[in-house]
Amino acid sequence: MMTKGKSKTPLKLGLLLLLCPLLLWLVLLVILPQLTMLNISLQERIAPRIYEYGFSNYIEFFTEPLYWNTFLRTAVMSIIATVLTLIIAFPISYYIAKMLRGRAKGLLLVLCLIPFWVSELVRTYGWMILLRESGVVSSFLQYIGMTEGPIEFLYTDATIMLGLVYSSMLFMVVPLTSTLESLDDSYIEAGYDLGGNGLSVFWQIIVPHAKPAIVSGCIVVFMLTLGNYLTPILLGGKSSLWFTEQIFTQFITRFNWQQGSAFGVLLLSISSLIVWLGLKLSRQSFSKVMS
Amino acid sequence: MIPSIPQSALFKSSFRLYAFIFFAFLMAPLVVVAVFAFNDSMFPSLPWHGFTWDWFFSDQEPMLGLFHDPQLYQSIATSFLVATCTTVLAVALAINNAFLFERATFRGKSVLYMLMLLPLVIPGVILGVSILIMSSSIANYFDDVWAIDIELLRPGLALVVIGQFAFITTICTLIVAARLRSFDLSLEEAALNLGASKLQAIRTITIPYLLPAIIGAAVISFLMSFENFNTTLMLVGSDSPLTITLYDRLREGATPVINVVSLLLMLASVVLALGNYFLTGRKSTVK
Repeated sequence: MMTKGKSKTPLKLGLLLLLCPLLLWLVLLVILPQLTMLNISLQERIAPRIYEYGFSNYIEFFTEPLYWNTFLRTAVMSIIATVLTLIIAFPISYYIAKMLRGRAKGLLLVLCLIPFWVSELVRTYGWMILLRESGVVSSFLQYIGMTEGPIEFLYTDATIMLGLVYSSMLFMVVPLTSTLESLDDSYIEAGYDLGGNGLSVFWQIIVPHAKPAIVSGCIVVFMLTLGNYLTPILLGGKSSLWFTEQIFTQFITRFNWQQGSAFGVLLLSISSLIVWLGLKLSRQSFSKVMS
Repeated sequence: MIPSIPQSALFKSSFRLYAFIFFAFLMAPLVVVAVFAFNDSMFPSLPWHGFTWDWFFSDQEPMLGLFHDPQLYQSIATSFLVATCTTVLAVALAINNAFLFERATFRGKSVLYMLMLLPLVIPGVILGVSILIMSSSIANYFDDVWAIDIELLRPGLALVVIGQFAFITTICTLIVAARLRSFDLSLEEAALNLGASKLQAIRTITIPYLLPAIIGAAVISFLMSFENFNTTLMLVGSDSPLTITLYDRLREGATPVINVVSLLLMLASVVLALGNYFLTGRKSTVK
């Protein structure tokens, strides 16, 4: 390390040079846009091109059943999707982390990652080919004689759920696997030695150890599901009723930016609220969970 | 439940079966997309009409192959342009941020670090919409007050780059900063002792050390930009990148040419990502 006196001035200047680009990016592209959105959401239209501050856009949200029903539905389905993802991912993470050894372990983990390097659009398209009326699953069922005519699997809530769980899987499997790997086998052995059975070892040793990963996985999955757009639209069609779709409609189709901004602020608020709650409940820091 | 604890054969094989079903579930959509790229039919569905390369190379309507479909290959070029711009910006700022967060000490650093992570919790649609609102507000202001129309601030490729840059930078910063954290400072000190200036030391010692992470960040950034849909959808103008074109085609009713594009996209991203994964180690590719 250089001596303090010698390095003081150049370091200050250096710090400023490093700080500037970050601050510009942060303020101009992240913080100001959100504040602008908040500002616009609080404006109500009095006459053409004349606006005044007020809460009418938010009142509109609470008085129009379609809007808050969609909002509630999106939140509830995101929660269900998060829980399902956790239940499906846990055994796989456990299998990869604790039951496999050597090359098989690395291979399966990479297999888990592959679908997520592929565009979400392509993955969803794959599900459409599988599940539509003229699709692979329907044809197969007819071929083996399970059904008479073609079946449409698309455009139901179950299909949306399938797509959501599918696209969230990685964000649960990866943190779970790496945390379970760090659980020393001897703890599990000790649990058995002390007279525990599979169930009690699972609830009293494995789950507590994996809790941080469960929480951070759930937070990330919930957030991504809530903000998802492609999967509900393409797999749910007109009946999808997803909140991001409402935002898109207000902005791009109806050109009602004030209303759209209010929706945006609401979605961002609930998303942040859930993240905050999750962190509070598990006593973890935001920086740690995100990186 | 671990190899050293004896378990019944049923337990083990049911676990294996579960894993098998899980991976079939993971791979199924990708496999069908790939397979139907070669179906000699107007629709990407059964029945199978035989194997063909037409959806790649045919120059005749109605089975216009990818390489003769100007709308598609132009949108691929557009995506390349956007991804390149985004990557250059994001990686440059990421290197800068890494030095700031790993080397400098100043008040409010942890708050700033938290703020830097914010784009990860803002849904892509919201990020896109908010940038659209702000840039339009600025553009409208210039238009009203000085009657100058700033084309760059209207929906279009420049805004798409800006929108993607806003969140990809965070991911790149995490990758580069993680590598810089593991750097042994005594190497740089040795260079200084041997007479190098601070800048020379960073250029000849630190940057080469960071290079794998920089390449890794660039690959991730390129892939994320190329495949981004949510943010892009809100900011796009008349030139549409590939994902937007694919989305429009999907809604009109897809032909197997979409499968061809998807297949090439899959191959390219898997090769890039796998290469990156094995070159730079596991951790950095995950998020």
